[in-house]
Amino acid sequence: MKLFAPLVALLVLAAPLQAEIDITEVETPGGINAWLVEEPSIPFVSLELRFKGGASLDLPGKRGATNLMAGLLEEGAGDLDARGFAERAESLAARFDFDVGDDSVSVSARFLTENQDEALALLRDAITRPRFDQDAIDRVKAQIVSSIRSDAQDPDSIVGRAFDELIFGDHPYGSPIEGTAESVANLTRDDLVEAHQGALARDNVYVGAAGDISSEDLANVLDTLLTDLPETGAPQPADIKVETEAGVTVVPFDVPQSVAIFGHDGVARDDPDFFAAYVLNEILGGGGFEARLMEEVREKRGLTYGVYSYLVPKDHAALYLGRVSSANDRIAEAIQVIRDEWAKMAENGVAQDELDSAKTYLTGAYPLRFDGNGTIANILVGMQMDDLPVDYVKTRNDKVEAITLEDIKRVADRVLKPDALRFVVVGQPEGLDS
Amino acid sequence: MRRLIALVGLCLCAAAPLRAQTIEDQVSSFQLDNGMDVVVIEDSRAPAVVHMVWYRAGSADEQAGVSGVAHFLEHLLFKGTEKLEPGEFSEIVKANGGRDNAFTSFDYTGYFQRIAADRLGLMMEMEADRMKNIQLDREDILTERDVIIEERNQRVENDPGALFREQRMAAQFLNHPYGTPIIGWRHEMVGLDLDDAMAYYEQFYSPNNAVLVVAGDVNAGDVLEMAQEHYGPIPKNEALPDRARPSEPPQMAERRITFTDPRVAQPYVTRTYLAPERDPGDQRSAAALTLLAQVLGGSQTSVLPQKLQFQEKSSVYSSAFYSGLSLDDTTFGLVNVPVPGVSLDQAEADLDRVIAEFLETGIDPEQLDRIKFQLRASQVYELDSASSLARRYGAALTSGLTLEDVHAWPDLLQSITPDEIIATAKEVFDRDKAVTGFLRGSEEVTQ
Repeated sequence: MKLFAPLVALLVLAAPLQAEIDITEVETPGGINAWLVEEPSIPFVSLELRFKGGASLDLPGKRGATNLMAGLLEEGAGDLDARGFAERAESLAARFDFDVGDDSVSVSARFLTENQDEALALLRDAITRPRFDQDAIDRVKAQIVSSIRSDAQDPDSIVGRAFDELIFGDHPYGSPIEGTAESVANLTRDDLVEAHQGALARDNVYVGAAGDISSEDLANVLDTLLTDLPETGAPQPADIKVETEAGVTVVPFDVPQSVAIFGHDGVARDDPDFFAAYVLNEILGGGGFEARLMEEVREKRGLTYGVYSYLVPKDHAALYLGRVSSANDRIAEAIQVIRDEWAKMAENGVAQDELDSAKTYLTGAYPLRFDGNGTIANILVGMQMDDLPVDYVKTRNDKVEAITLEDIKRVADRVLKPDALRFVVVGQPEGLDS
Repeated sequence: MRRLIALVGLCLCAAAPLRAQTIEDQVSSFQLDNGMDVVVIEDSRAPAVVHMVWYRAGSADEQAGVSGVAHFLEHLLFKGTEKLEPGEFSEIVKANGGRDNAFTSFDYTGYFQRIAADRLGLMMEMEADRMKNIQLDREDILTERDVIIEERNQRVENDPGALFREQRMAAQFLNHPYGTPIIGWRHEMVGLDLDDAMAYYEQFYSPNNAVLVVAGDVNAGDVLEMAQEHYGPIPKNEALPDRARPSEPPQMAERRITFTDPRVAQPYVTRTYLAPERDPGDQRSAAALTLLAQVLGGSQTSVLPQKLQFQEKSSVYSSAFYSGLSLDDTTFGLVNVPVPGVSLDQAEADLDRVIAEFLETGIDPEQLDRIKFQLRASQVYELDSASSLARRYGAALTSGLTLEDVHAWPDLLQSITPDEIIATAKEVFDRDKAVTGFLRGSEEVTQ
């Protein structure tokens, strides 16, 4: 820190940027709520629909049904078979992505203003009138089974599965959303129809839009788009308590570099301490080279290419997780360093300058997130699912600024649990035993 | 049929409004007296800016025997200068709410920050500083060498598909350095040292070998002024060598490789043909190949998936891949992932048969219209991301192209005829210039 120091200090004092987005709340005549950021400068629209529930709504014995169902939404709908549907989307230059997570099914659409009505009519067919033709079912099943087979041999996937199974057991969170080769093979067309009815409903949908569309247009469009969906979807699964014991689980696999996930229970999104925990994690293992884990494991010791930690507030459980990978003969040392850092921060919290720079970064970076229509539509949906108010973008940085050193110390003591920090390691690690 | 014709009509009408607003209106370019190129892309929708410096030097410019040094040096540019401590560069970016990173490819090395627009001057000041003034400790950098070896472990050694790709590229290029992986061969990486890194740095890092790209909420005139202030004083490297790499001899023999690894769960076959890239003022073959890749494998309505996945049901996934952005000759690739029970020999025969039929029957004009309309629409969609536009310009200008080439490209794609695509395909699909690769698990039963 030599020549640039005065300049930097000066800049840090400058007021942080405000997010320059203006959110309009839209309520349709049909009773759908949506958030919109109107941005007419480029003639297209990004529309994000997210249905709460996702793969966790799979019925017992039907693991993979929601995932397969979502994979078939653009494989034939209404009057069009799979090829006809794809040709129609291509001729409109519209793009629809269907994605399934533990807690939601998301539909990400992008279409040109000039053929908006045709694109939305096509999307409506995909969402409300999927055909589930048998040949499409067979084809997509084969693709999913192929990827299940590949995941079974991929250390990154193996470690994720092993960790989830250890923590969540029989809860839907405890197994991959794709299901197993057997469960997928056994899924019938009726199962898919049932999964569709359960997962995509009017009472579990959240909507965000950004781009070249007015709020009146959006309201009309949404009613047409969603009116044929069932009023209510399937009931949400039960919450599950996360309990771990400190220690290591080794999953032997013949790779030169061991891959590890570590963690214990975390903090719910609506917990009053969530913000403090978020700032705390930024300092411990958030992105960037300055976080303590990166500094200690990578920068000082060269033990890894990347080490991170992150809060995972799911709908029915909260986790605090991290990831690292190191050569088989070095992973034990990496794990010891991580344990030490975890314990050190739990006991001592952070220093004032660490807190200050984390705040400067988080508040400065926040307005930069609103980068393009697709990203904005995504953020709008996420805010609604987290039950945040529409003015959150204006108040969020104040909440970060309000975190004190005492808050961090209290939350570090509460949230970081060295005695519960569990490691799952896939590879041929030396000096580690389960 | 009538419906499809109506759609095509719609597409053609659409061209006019789409064209009214293109990227060219937002782009300015300059050259500083010391030879540094400057490209500015104005986009005031968000108060942010992307600041990138691209060097016309990548792994393919390395000396023999020190593979991976371009990428190693990229890591070392974060390790301090006469004015900054190791790691301080990123700390300052972060303290200003920004993010920074860097990347290395065959033909270029790039450094970037995304940050509030009013911090652009500071970014330039720091980036200009490390163009010439890095200060490294011979012992300290060995830790970073461990990091890149772990990076290789993560990206390559743990992934049989990545190992297979390395072997395939090595077989493809008989003499050109594209046959050497960007991250380096492991046995050479472990010996990289300060002298290797500094030799590369001193040879290639200078303003007359760099392209500055700034995209976001800025004014081109202001950017030029700032660039003159921060980058302008750096003297050019008068001894900068011409970019001439060892070139390929005539390829006269088909190559076949089989990579077997017990970790392979899903065997597949690839075929890659040596193929022309986009050359300055001469991008027509590359445009035809770009469309060919779309026609053969761009979506599930393309030729390979329609035939192999939909009709014959012998394939889980089939596609074609090509990118024309490359300084020297590149490859055009085909891939077929067969369903269980279909051997790789059969999967290869299927690929060859479908391609032969395609060359015989020609291109479905409606399919080509859909592809061209999507390419026109992509000119609208791409305006949404200043960062990816910045990347596109940086990559093009460090891959031997000019701004005129970049701007001519969309119309060129629209002008390519079905006959040209077929003719180019026939020229490129020459088995003597191809590598056929089988990736298989140890348990696969051969027929």
